Amino acid sequence: MTDAHMLDVKAGDSIPSLELPPLTRATLALYAGGSGDHLPLHIDSDFARAAGYQDEFMHGMLGAAYITRMVTSWVPQEYLRGLAVRFVAITYPGESLTAMATVAAVTDDGHVELEVVLRNARGETKLTGHALIGPSAPIVQRLQEK
Amino acid sequence: MIDRAHVGRIWPPWEVEIEKGRLRLFAKAIGETRPIYTDESAARALGYRSIVAPPTFAFCLLADNPSPTHYLDDVGIPIRGVLHGEQTYAFHEIMCAGDRVRVARRVDDIYEKKGGALEFIVFESEVRQCGTNELIATGRQVMVCKRG
Repeated sequence: MTDAHMLDVKAGDSIPSLELPPLTRATLALYAGGSGDHLPLHIDSDFARAAGYQDEFMHGMLGAAYITRMVTSWVPQEYLRGLAVRFVAITYPGESLTAMATVAAVTDDGHVELEVVLRNARGETKLTGHALIGPSAPIVQRLQEK
Repeated sequence: MIDRAHVGRIWPPWEVEIEKGRLRLFAKAIGETRPIYTDESAARALGYRSIVAPPTFAFCLLADNPSPTHYLDDVGIPIRGVLHGEQTYAFHEIMCAGDRVRVARRVDDIYEKKGGALEFIVFESEVRQCGTNELIATGRQVMVCKRG
């Protein structure tokens, strides 16, 4: 199934996007706990304001996790071989993000390169990057043998 | 100004056991509800050893460095003026609850842009299985520091 729909794509195609609910402070607190990133800029609005920001703001890596949620909803996680992201703008509580991806290239050796982006409801870009999808991991073979 | 002498700095590698509860909390935090990320029996039924760690979780283990000091403090970076600029990963193997892994981090590069108004420090990291030394993932993290 996975191979079939990977073969089906061509440059310019989109994969299903992932719409997130408005970002809450509770989510930032949970992410701090789950990720172990306790940097106060993300969970302490007093600290963030004193540092010159309008409020506490989202961990960049939470945005990266949203990107990988989208990608692994499209192909199993074993197929995600690489990810490169740039954190373009800060995201504050209340903003609604959507993760999106289009196929940038399909290589001769069967890899798919996705161009990924995270935007808010006003269309402002928060994160850009690329994800590399490919069936070359040993674990894929092991899973297929089961 | 970040001391260029930190280029090549290596932190002693540390070992971490991947805990089911931590993975469930991480899944909840990122809104991940699919059973392989939350339910051990569902994950096993699909051929995994236990609950699966989502891809970017591998580098959350960097936060588990047992060092009493923060790694940014170790290289003299004030956390008020620092932002995560870029992150790159290569994923080799899936990591599951119950795995015991070894995490390593080093400073790969330090450079400046905009006439020194912005400084960049690049950390490289890797996660390997403790028993087999099998590579799970590598990461490259670029932090941006505003000077002044």
